[in-house]
Amino acid sequence: MKLRNLFAVVMLSGVFSLLSAGLFVALDAVDVAFTEAAVGAGISTVLMLGTLALTHQEEKPAQHSRALPLLVVFVTGAALLYGTADLPPFGSADTPVQQHVAPEYIERTPKEIDIPNIVTAVLASYRGYDTLGETVVIFTAGIAVIVLLHGSTRRRRREDGEETDS
Amino acid sequence: MDHHFILRVVSKMLIPPILLYALYVQFHGDFGPGGGFQAGVIFAVGFILYGLVYGLDHLRRVAPPAIVRAGIALGVLLYAGTGAYSLFKGKNYLDYSALADPERAVGGQHLGILLVEAGVGLTVASVMIAVFMAFASRAPEIKDTDW
Repeated sequence: MKLRNLFAVVMLSGVFSLLSAGLFVALDAVDVAFTEAAVGAGISTVLMLGTLALTHQEEKPAQHSRALPLLVVFVTGAALLYGTADLPPFGSADTPVQQHVAPEYIERTPKEIDIPNIVTAVLASYRGYDTLGETVVIFTAGIAVIVLLHGSTRRRRREDGEETDS
Repeated sequence: MDHHFILRVVSKMLIPPILLYALYVQFHGDFGPGGGFQAGVIFAVGFILYGLVYGLDHLRRVAPPAIVRAGIALGVLLYAGTGAYSLFKGKNYLDYSALADPERAVGGQHLGILLVEAGVGLTVASVMIAVFMAFASRAPEIKDTDW
């Protein structure tokens, strides 16, 4: 399938995001599914549409051959498929993921944090530093976007002699 | 967008439940799925929907850019400040047991998680609204014929 209309591409990626949110629900990762549905399907689709309004709706035809990208995609896909052969069966309890720190969190959360949602306990308390880092990342990204996009409009308006917004 | 009557009425009906749901996700994050990140995004969606339907000038009046920009920094400050408070209390950084009596360490955890999640939610919501404003302020007004 080939699409040159970027509006359709943005909509399809939103649909894909919503479908993967459903996939996360099926895998019992409701917190991740929630984020995926809100951020992936919601906000990023809106921001992509905002970007489209700034650029063009149609993709330009490619200038060079597509052989190399196709090869990279196939090699990466083959490597990923090869990797899945080594994964433990889905949902098995004796995998390293389930045996490393997860049982400790499940055991300690009711005693130490006393909230029912262990994901929140890990996110906000046990891994509070990580979440602080994530918040700072969002902070930095927001500042960067404001500086890149908003700063220039203010400067341009000032040159035009119109009143500047605060 | 002046004569999109149905869109305006429907969005006006939708925005209060969206904001209310965001607050529910924010404060119910201890008990069910949710938390600051998701709640911040949902809260921002309410404002973005308003901005999309009513235009950027109306959105600027509801959420002044100066306040939104202050919110970006305030959220991080609330998070980091919670950590710094426990430092002043003689505990480790982000050790929430400093927030309550030493006998009731678990209560400090509740308060700490609440404060930290509120900081996350404030920053995420403000960043999303600010990013949307930054994009929308550069784009030409969408004409009715483009819909």
